Amino acid sequence: MNDKDIADIFMRLPALVNQDAPLVRRGRWCTTTLMIATGAVPLYLSIVDGKIADITCGPTLMRSWRFAIRADADAWRRFWQPLPEPGFNDVLAMSRFGRATIEGDLQPLMANLRYFKEVLEAPRRAALAGAAA
Amino acid sequence: MSIAFEPITGRYATLTLAGRPCRVYIEEAGKGIPLLCLHTAGADSRQFRHLMLDHAITDHYRVIAFDLPWHGKSLPPEGYEDEEYRLTTESYAEAILAVADALELDRPVLMGCSMGGRIVLHMGAHHARRFRALIGLEGADHQTPWYDTAWLDRADVHGGEICAAMVSGLVAPQSPKKYRWETLWGYLQSGPGVFRGDLYFYRQDSDYRDRTHLIDTKACPMYLLTGEYDYSCTPEDTKRTAASIPGATAQIMKELGHFPMSENPAKFRDYILPILESIRSKGSA
Repeated sequence: MNDKDIADIFMRLPALVNQDAPLVRRGRWCTTTLMIATGAVPLYLSIVDGKIADITCGPTLMRSWRFAIRADADAWRRFWQPLPEPGFNDVLAMSRFGRATIEGDLQPLMANLRYFKEVLEAPRRAALAGAAA
Repeated sequence: MSIAFEPITGRYATLTLAGRPCRVYIEEAGKGIPLLCLHTAGADSRQFRHLMLDHAITDHYRVIAFDLPWHGKSLPPEGYEDEEYRLTTESYAEAILAVADALELDRPVLMGCSMGGRIVLHMGAHHARRFRALIGLEGADHQTPWYDTAWLDRADVHGGEICAAMVSGLVAPQSPKKYRWETLWGYLQSGPGVFRGDLYFYRQDSDYRDRTHLIDTKACPMYLLTGEYDYSCTPEDTKRTAASIPGATAQIMKELGHFPMSENPAKFRDYILPILESIRSKGSA
């Protein structure tokens, strides 16, 4: 999988997240912006009351965001495996081992850490649900 | 009316720790060799409830676990409201020995997880005569910090939520959902600043690379067990530590994370039962 393939999966996040009522409820106090990058490809997300109001695949010059999470395509692919290997089961594990970087103003991330972890893991849950169906 | 009580008994005692009275909660089950259990940072003794309900263990061991002051059902000392809680090697070791003395335990097996797995190294280096064996779960001689603990105690971040979310990935993906969330409940419930105060010990006051060579495993055997999904105390951290202690054994547990006894009790017993049997057989020899 290359950056384009990974970005295409991220572009499915609004559909995966916004219909997940417990997840949206968990993020109901969260309104912020963030950037997720796969390699050199950035995606800009706008969160409003726990829903992904907008996602745009960049790059867009001078686009601002509160915090950013970056990893390469290989790391995101391994992160989304139905049974991820050690070091790729959690975005903080990827950060710990240098496979992801988390930067910017982390307050909105930390105040909603479970929410954002589960947003990032939504494609993995969807794959598992698809396998079980 | 009949009620199916579990065979776990909990009691309270006031112990003098750091010169101050502290009301401490202690629970236990079983009879035999005392097995004193130490919970992880920011959590409490409930993590060991599955061991206390396992006849394969309680037929031979008196399993005892206590909540450190500030944790679980133990109270913080009087005046806590104006203090910043910080656990240290000195205060942690004192609490362990105080509980062992109060219960008049005869050379218990000491088993701790995470920061409990760290302090067993210190106890092995300086108090080995007090113990029959030492078991370090998710234990190593030091840790490379992997996040800023300031996030754990801030007015603009919910303390319980961030403590649980910070450690949630340390539970292996294979662990049963109900035990994952039971384990995390302990973190969701922790008092403000308590997890961070424990991590003061874990990160600032327990670099034990200077004392692992003092551990005499002939006098007191040492067993280290770490889950393959633990990225806080990594398998490499544990293997490195064991390599610095002649006679210590290290085992990496498949499909387990940082909380083996509470996140997947069935899987953990595959690893812990042989060790407890080995300790028991040596004791009767």
